Amino acid sequence: MTELSNPIPSKPPRSQWLDVWDQFKSHRGALMGGILFLLIVATVYLGPFFWDIDATHIDIRARNQGPSWAHPFGTDQLGRDMLARMMAGGSTSVSVGLTAMMLALFLGSFIGVVAGFFKRLDGPLMRLTDLFLALPLLPLLLVMMLLFREPLNAAFGPEQGIFILIVCAIGITSWMPTARIVRGDVLAIKEREFVLAARSIGTADNKLITRHILPNVLSPIMVSATLGIATAIITESSLSFLGLGFPPDFPTWGRLLFDATDYLQQHPERVFWPGIAISLTVLSVNYLGDGLRDALDPRIRGR
Amino acid sequence: MLTFTIRRLVLSIPTLLFISLVIFLLLELAPGDPMAQVPLTVPPEVKEKMREALGLGQPAPIRFWKWLVQFFWIEPQVMIDHYFGTTFSQGDLRVISWQTRSPVMDIVIQRMPQTLWVVGTAYVVAIFIALPIGIYSAYRQYSWFDQLGTFISMVGFSVPPFFSGVLVIVIFSVQLGWFPSIYDTTHVVNSWDSFVYQLQQMIMPVMVLALQITAQLSRFMRASMLDNLNQDYVRTARAKGLSEYVVVMVHVLRNSMIPVVTVIALGIPAIFGGAIITEQVFKVNGIGQLLIGAIQANDLPMVQTLTFIFAVLIVLFNLIADVLYGILDPRIRYD
Amino acid sequence: MKLKTLLMGAIASAAVAPAAFAERGADGQVNIIYWQAPSIMNPFLSGGTKDVEAASLVIEPLARYNEVGEMVPFLASEVPSVENGGVSEDLTTITWKISPGIKWSDGTPFTSKDVKFTADYCMDPEGGCAQVTKFEGVSSVEALDDLTVKVTFAQPTPFPYGPFVGGESPIIQAAQFADCMGAKAPECTEANFAPLGTGPFVVDEFKPNDVITLSANPNFRDPAKPAFAKVLFKGGGDATAAGRAVMETGEFDYAWNLQLAPEVVARMEAAGKGTPVAGFGPLVERIMLNNTNPDPALGPDERSVIRPHPFLGDPAVYNAMSLAIDRPLLVEIGYGKAGKVTCNWVPAPAAVNSDTMTCDKQDIAAANAMLEEAGYKDTDGDGVRETPSGVPMKILYQTSTNAVRQDFQALIKQWWSEIGIESELRNLSGSVFFGGDPGSPDTFQKFYADVEMYANTFNGTDPQSYLANGLCDKAPSPASQWQGENISRFCNEEYDALHAELAKTAGAEARAEISKRLNDIIVTNGGMIPLVHRGRLSAHATSLGGVKLNVWDSELWNAADWYRIK
Repeated sequence: MTELSNPIPSKPPRSQWLDVWDQFKSHRGALMGGILFLLIVATVYLGPFFWDIDATHIDIRARNQGPSWAHPFGTDQLGRDMLARMMAGGSTSVSVGLTAMMLALFLGSFIGVVAGFFKRLDGPLMRLTDLFLALPLLPLLLVMMLLFREPLNAAFGPEQGIFILIVCAIGITSWMPTARIVRGDVLAIKEREFVLAARSIGTADNKLITRHILPNVLSPIMVSATLGIATAIITESSLSFLGLGFPPDFPTWGRLLFDATDYLQQHPERVFWPGIAISLTVLSVNYLGDGLRDALDPRIRGR
Repeated sequence: MLTFTIRRLVLSIPTLLFISLVIFLLLELAPGDPMAQVPLTVPPEVKEKMREALGLGQPAPIRFWKWLVQFFWIEPQVMIDHYFGTTFSQGDLRVISWQTRSPVMDIVIQRMPQTLWVVGTAYVVAIFIALPIGIYSAYRQYSWFDQLGTFISMVGFSVPPFFSGVLVIVIFSVQLGWFPSIYDTTHVVNSWDSFVYQLQQMIMPVMVLALQITAQLSRFMRASMLDNLNQDYVRTARAKGLSEYVVVMVHVLRNSMIPVVTVIALGIPAIFGGAIITEQVFKVNGIGQLLIGAIQANDLPMVQTLTFIFAVLIVLFNLIADVLYGILDPRIRYD
Repeated sequence: MKLKTLLMGAIASAAVAPAAFAERGADGQVNIIYWQAPSIMNPFLSGGTKDVEAASLVIEPLARYNEVGEMVPFLASEVPSVENGGVSEDLTTITWKISPGIKWSDGTPFTSKDVKFTADYCMDPEGGCAQVTKFEGVSSVEALDDLTVKVTFAQPTPFPYGPFVGGESPIIQAAQFADCMGAKAPECTEANFAPLGTGPFVVDEFKPNDVITLSANPNFRDPAKPAFAKVLFKGGGDATAAGRAVMETGEFDYAWNLQLAPEVVARMEAAGKGTPVAGFGPLVERIMLNNTNPDPALGPDERSVIRPHPFLGDPAVYNAMSLAIDRPLLVEIGYGKAGKVTCNWVPAPAAVNSDTMTCDKQDIAAANAMLEEAGYKDTDGDGVRETPSGVPMKILYQTSTNAVRQDFQALIKQWWSEIGIESELRNLSGSVFFGGDPGSPDTFQKFYADVEMYANTFNGTDPQSYLANGLCDKAPSPASQWQGENISRFCNEEYDALHAELAKTAGAEARAEISKRLNDIIVTNGGMIPLVHRGRLSAHATSLGGVKLNVWDSELWNAADWYRIK
């Protein structure tokens, strides 16, 4: 009965997002994942300022070296410094991975929610999904490159142009599973009582989706996000082999891993670095996602 | 539900025709040349002649029409002839691959066994491992089992098969000499020993593939279980005095299956589609290798036929998934 | 112990071999792996090397090239020449005599009718025969009697060994292919997958793009051969896996064309189960210099058509670019045993290998001086030189996707940057780059770049038609649907005249002399920068005897003589 006796709140109302942040902070996995992720991002973007060997500089006399003080990660078959290449490759892979994943996630969740929620759009949107699932990936990418490479190069310059193209290519070809999964969940959730309750008090559709449906399909979206990053990083490397990606002297984690596979027996450390980097990035995003999901779940919050 | 299924099945015919048209146009537009793998020593005039002999001189609409006729009219006749000994298809031209100059469907059927053996087994193994892991991880969230499962599945998913495949070959074939590194598609299983050999040559590709699929499935299973474990109905069920096993394995599991069913339904066409990289690494030479080889050689009739078969499977299994949603959660209504 | 077995093996192969393996099929099965899988067994319907080589186990030509590039009779009793009267004095006819007693694998006799049929089959205008160049200039093929075939050419032909010689031009059986002429060729799936032959093996089962099983031909002309009863011919995967299967795990006996880093090959060899062998044909990895202007601003139909290039046509520029390249290092990194430094476009056979130029020393300073002197100076201090008219020396350097080529690109880019030429690198998927799709901007024929790197070669030992790739009128252009073999768009009157002379000259020495001069003209006038003379590297199991790596013909040319070292 304290509320009644004290009609003026003593504290300003806590916003929902502060609660979320509190919960997130106290989630050990999320915190560690977040720190790890920031560490990786900082290393790949800020590292080159402290480690000033150029990733494409060839020092042919120093080729195939193991780890040493001059080259902590060793050198590759042309004598390029692996640490510099890991950092340069990381900045490409992380940015491609994150942006492409976000694009795929946005497309997938949007189409999934809309298809699941609005019965009229379900058929056309899901047939569209079927179509995209059925299209052969390689010819599709080849056509995209053929049509858009030159205009994008002209508009944004070669590097930006290729970046946009690759992100779009990966995003557009990987949103379908997310859309199917989200739609499946939405179909079930929109029949639940709380949606009915919200609807009965006259909640508009867009509010219904953002406040009631979306938070409840967050966990499959989070899983898609973590898996999506790994897929995007690997797909980017397979684009390079086809000659559709970045120029060949441009290192990325996926490409470093692929190039090193041939030397697996001679120089195992060369596959180790990119392999571990990709895994750690994916793991950190996974824990971040776990924490975020728990923080956004009001039933767990405060437990 | 039955009317829904029938309506969807009827609707899928125009959908599939449209998909086949889009695939055809895409392949037309894509740069490439069936003569790309012919050595440079063969002069361009000869290559031009060879292209004409493949029928490339004809305009695109005619080629599309021919493919439709061959695929939907002649191929079924060939199948009937094969099973009943009739001669409907005598003299008709079937869908012919440009690489091998032989009927595409014959090669597809030839490739089926190894693809189903390897990719199919990998899927079954993965489902049997992933579901229990996902359920238990969610039930004991943040226990050491869950943490370990998370770690292994994330690393497993991050390591692409072009690397993990080579790694297991180096360990198990080169160093230990336990398993063959090259899959023998001519191997016939007719005795215990030959079955053991079949297992030996399958085990590495199955391991590599199953790791990826398990990682993916168990994550979705876990996430979905977590969503449901805190729902009110679970509390109600427990309060009713139902045993923990029944609560988790019947009530929660059933409600958590929707995303998992979706993922599995998306994966089954992939079984028939093969696993391109894994098949290449282990020389399984199944459907996946057939498709990538055909794309590289710009063997358009082959690519068109294969992708269309996948399209049929995708549409079919997505329909099955939709029907399963209705069974799993009777509140879901489509009509 | 190991040394002893090796020695024993050597002795066995040297001395005891003919006596010890006098029984057909005594050595069980041989396993061959090609990382490109054969898709058809009829080389007339597919020009792919993999298909030609697989077919060479079954069907044979009248004569072949041996491992040193000499012609040896196979189904013929001798190689016709002017001296033995087989080739007419006016060089218009060649008459082949077939060895008596040869049978097809189904037991029927092999006759001149089959030879004539093969010519008709390939020369049918509707068949789309991949080897029709072998029959270029042939006006008629006649079967004089059961064992004599006369080929008549429309013009005097100094080199009449096109038809029926080498793995690309084997004889197929008239009875089996009678209904497969012209447009019906692709419908004969059974014949195309399992042609009857005179060779050492017969096809048991052909799984396209996967695996072929063969067994010894019961009617093979030498009753003691082949030593192997079965062949398993597996295709697919990649070169690394093929090399590993032969040299590390020992599952296979022979692996074809291992394009691998020398370090990787060395490591595999150390496992001791197989040996790599290298052979050198005329294959040259080169950088083609665009003699036209590839500026994107020109539009798709004028780009790489209008001459000249802003600066690549200047001898100072291309000589400096060539001088900046350390070829021995390229060989060491990319090809090892399977590569040699070369300055020539046609480095083999030895008789036509010009020795006028040397290029095995890198000299960055001299290259810089050369550019400086010719007026290419870095006026704005950005590290990139400008031409006297102010165009910065920036080039686009493209090639196909391939680990070694990407390493070469990175190295050469660095060397060129040291002489003030900046290059942008691009790699393209081989199936697009080498495909002749006129709709794609990325084919090597269109050459929408300043320089591009790839390798090319020719079949047989006569370079005349290969040298024709430097003729003015063979330059690709929109008018020719971008077809044409003169990729660098090289154009030189002296060259064209000299090539016409070559076409009329008979006599090996005189022809070789002209060929060398043609080679020198194209290299010294900025057609290309040759980099590496590439060999073929294959590997065979240490227990497989009789392998003679042949780069002039199918690698499996002498599979009948292979045996198991015991």
